[in-house]
Amino acid sequence: MIEIFQTYTAEFMQGMGMTIFSSLLAFAGSIILGLVCALFEISPIKPLKIIGTVYVEIFRNIPLLVVTMFFYIVIPKYVMPMSGFSAGTIGLTIYTSAFFAEVIKAGINSVPTGQWEAARSNGMTYLQAMHHIVFPQAVRIIIPPLGNQTITLVKNSSVLAFVAGFDLMYQANQISSITFQQVPTYFIVGILYLIITMPLSYLMRHLENKLEV
Amino acid sequence: MDWFGAYSWINMRYLLQGLLVTIQVSVISIILSFIIGAVLGVVRYSKIKYVSAIVGFIIDLVRNLPLLLIIFFTYFGLPTFGIRLDIMVAAITALTVFESAMCAEIFRSGIKAVSPGQMEAARANGMTYVQAMFHVVFPQAMKLMIPPLLSQFVSLVKDTSLATIIVLPEMLYHAQNIYGQNTNYLIPIFVALAGMYWVVCFSLSLLAKFFDKRMSA
Repeated sequence: MIEIFQTYTAEFMQGMGMTIFSSLLAFAGSIILGLVCALFEISPIKPLKIIGTVYVEIFRNIPLLVVTMFFYIVIPKYVMPMSGFSAGTIGLTIYTSAFFAEVIKAGINSVPTGQWEAARSNGMTYLQAMHHIVFPQAVRIIIPPLGNQTITLVKNSSVLAFVAGFDLMYQANQISSITFQQVPTYFIVGILYLIITMPLSYLMRHLENKLEV
Repeated sequence: MDWFGAYSWINMRYLLQGLLVTIQVSVISIILSFIIGAVLGVVRYSKIKYVSAIVGFIIDLVRNLPLLLIIFFTYFGLPTFGIRLDIMVAAITALTVFESAMCAEIFRSGIKAVSPGQMEAARANGMTYVQAMFHVVFPQAMKLMIPPLLSQFVSLVKDTSLATIIVLPEMLYHAQNIYGQNTNYLIPIFVALAGMYWVVCFSLSLLAKFFDKRMSA
């Protein structure tokens, strides 16, 4: 096992870098898209509400792999060329943003309506009330489930292996097909994934306990 | 794009055969991971010396690994130890291992949410720990757990698509075969594929929402 790690350190590290990079990009994208969708979903304007709801309900109920494959196979054929990495990351962003939107929506909805009414009756506009009054209170409720979704996002980034995204999982397949040493390779990759996800998950548990009080 | 050709009966039947495999694998994994998850969740909650800590550690490990890695390991890794699984069995095993760890966490937090007075009252009335857990605490926790369990099962159904990588003949794999023959079928088949997954998962989601409303009312 140590021998394989020493021989292929560069590949493993490149894979880990790609996994982290893709997760970070998808995280940033999902936060923005998810926030927009959540605001659409709870907005009083009917068409926006419909767009937000349809988006979330579609992408929450389709496998990530189907979304990713769509960007990897269909888009290059009809729209524009796209590398495996960008197809994977875009797919991951769109899929995860639907889950983020649900979490953010639930958080905003859990703020008592009295807060809204008080803000509005003090002369704030809808956006001001959202920005200054409701959202800051919702963040406390949003953070723990958002963290769990983020861990899922990191794990889901392994679909990049399907689309030649050069992530950790892809490198694992490459190395194990060269060396025929499946078990040690998967073991190393498993540990590398745990190095990313375990601290996140303990951080989340810590935050959850802290915010509960 | 050839919509009529793509939606010919032969192609649709082939895709539906894939759906059948998807559903078979999902149902078996759901039943198994429900049972195993319940046992593991109770064990982790019960604070049995050493056992609970070890079980908890294993659950945390599995929960933090990508499912894809677990699928690879069961199919390509286990033969090294002399365990050679059929594709279908390997897919079900991998899904069950991963999802029962997820379910165990749901069970544990569900049981934790039942007020400790219930357990104490049951014990004070002469029930054993197992009896009290089974007849008093568990049924109450079940109410809280149904919505998150159902949404976990939605993601299980979606995750069966990852098993294409070990050539499980499920829906995505069959779809790839169809559009591999004729690239004009690409978009129609993707639409049909996404539509079928969507119908299955959305009905489960609706069920989850229905229970969620009934529980909170």
